[in-house]
Amino acid sequence: MKLSSEWGKSALKKYDVRNCTILKKTEAAEGIFDITVEAGALAGAARAGQFAQIYVPGKTLRRPLSICEIGRADRTLRFVFQVRGEGTAVLARLRKGETLNILAPLGNGFQPGDTSRRALFIGGGIGVPPLLEAAKPFGPNAVLAAGFRSRSAVILEDDFNAAGCRVRIATDDGSLGHRGLVTDLANDLAFDVIFACGPKPMLRAVSLLAEKRGVPCQVSLEERMACGIGACLGCAVRLRGESGEHYGHVCKDGPVFDSRNVVWEA
Amino acid sequence: MADLHIKIAGVDFRNPVIAASGTFGFGHEFSEFYPLSELGGICCKGITLEKRPGNPPPRIAETPSGMLNSVGLQNPGVDHFIREDLPWLKRQGTVVIANIAGNTPEDYCRTAEKLSDTSVDMIELNISCPNVKQGGVQFGTTCKGAETVTSAVRKVCRKPLMVKLSPNASDIAEIAAAAESAGADALSLINTLTGMRIDIHSRRPVLHNNTGGLSGPAVFPVAVRMVWQVSRRVKIPVVGMGGVSSWQDAAELMLAGASAVQVGTVLFSDPYAPLKIVNGLNRYLDENRIADVSELTGKVKPW
Repeated sequence: MKLSSEWGKSALKKYDVRNCTILKKTEAAEGIFDITVEAGALAGAARAGQFAQIYVPGKTLRRPLSICEIGRADRTLRFVFQVRGEGTAVLARLRKGETLNILAPLGNGFQPGDTSRRALFIGGGIGVPPLLEAAKPFGPNAVLAAGFRSRSAVILEDDFNAAGCRVRIATDDGSLGHRGLVTDLANDLAFDVIFACGPKPMLRAVSLLAEKRGVPCQVSLEERMACGIGACLGCAVRLRGESGEHYGHVCKDGPVFDSRNVVWEA
Repeated sequence: MADLHIKIAGVDFRNPVIAASGTFGFGHEFSEFYPLSELGGICCKGITLEKRPGNPPPRIAETPSGMLNSVGLQNPGVDHFIREDLPWLKRQGTVVIANIAGNTPEDYCRTAEKLSDTSVDMIELNISCPNVKQGGVQFGTTCKGAETVTSAVRKVCRKPLMVKLSPNASDIAEIAAAAESAGADALSLINTLTGMRIDIHSRRPVLHNNTGGLSGPAVFPVAVRMVWQVSRRVKIPVVGMGGVSSWQDAAELMLAGASAVQVGTVLFSDPYAPLKIVNGLNRYLDENRIADVSELTGKVKPW
């Protein structure tokens, strides 16, 4: 973009728009796609748990996708997403070599803190991807408890194993691992901190679990979103603060929140 | 290089592309992309006398070529705006327009009075927000309502006053005329069209507020028609908006009668859109040997 004044030569931008070439694309499970793009400086600026707003040709709104992995050396970003509607279906049809227009990195991301702590990562379905980058520095101190519909929907198991994390799986139909809720997997585990992403009811249960065990818990939320940067105030989430309840915004105040600050509505 | 400067109600704008209220916050987030001085001006997020929490989520729904929102005037209140946001905003080198809303004419007046003592360049009177139970659109859908609130604010407002009109009226030109005779210095239109979507599986409206405001390219032809009708009816300048996404749209709305345009929803897919629109307009003017962008205003040749 040609500007009439000097700009952007000094400090790195917090986020920006960039056309990124797709380096790799696979279908990780039915309807779930795994895309790695060359992202230049955006990859350098990204942190675990942040997200990107992906432009979809012909659509009014970008699609928020969580960042699954950050390639610091090769300046890449990896996204694992599920086809949920027309927009994500368009993204799923893109091929290697084509470009993805990305606005990133956005949001606050996870705060890993002391990685010698025993960390429990709890993911539900398509909530698992943003946990990978956050779990890596914990290595063997991390346990992933991941819940899926069935064996055919399992994603990223190998990636967490390769990062040295222990993996426990629950499926709704019992076709792999524990049959039942992902939170059941935590019953016989000892841990000092929880990081979680998944459907709201799961996160609510995880929040209760953290409270019961007296450990801090960071949850990554989603909400229908427009701008992605905190300007339009679209992606409201009910929060509890010192001065009572108020609406914060997933894109700017999150997507990661301290579970105690979230007002979990029934 | 054509002259892109415009003047509305005595206020100089370096170009006719203004960020629309509610899509641009108070500017901070977009200043990450480019200097805000590249813009003609910024209409701030709607401000009320007291802070407002806004509506429960979901507040956003995508629609064919557009979107619905029901944010509901979430804002920190006028005092907070004056103290925390305005000083920074004024240093950015662009025109600052404060968009104000309220429940009663008295609310509007007190908010306008407070802003009259600040460095705000202009006030945009929002009588067209469809997402709050009070304070907004009920003043914008009748001539009487528009007249009442505009004339009340006019008496206390010491800044140029632009009235933002609702398309949810049976005859927007009549409302425009009422606002003009009540003392508006300029008009801006259109605010969003009230719309609704329903999830057929849950049978719930997609928006928690049930209804919301439709914006984006879907409303652009409505905006062109209304800007055309209003600009023929009134003598004060008209700022056009409603789905402007490209420099071609901006030129079209100016030909319909707009002196400047506001750009909103397109920012969500392309934050750089206002700059592209300015550059595109400039090229268009040069290629057509038009010396001054104001020469476009109202130059449609109706059949």
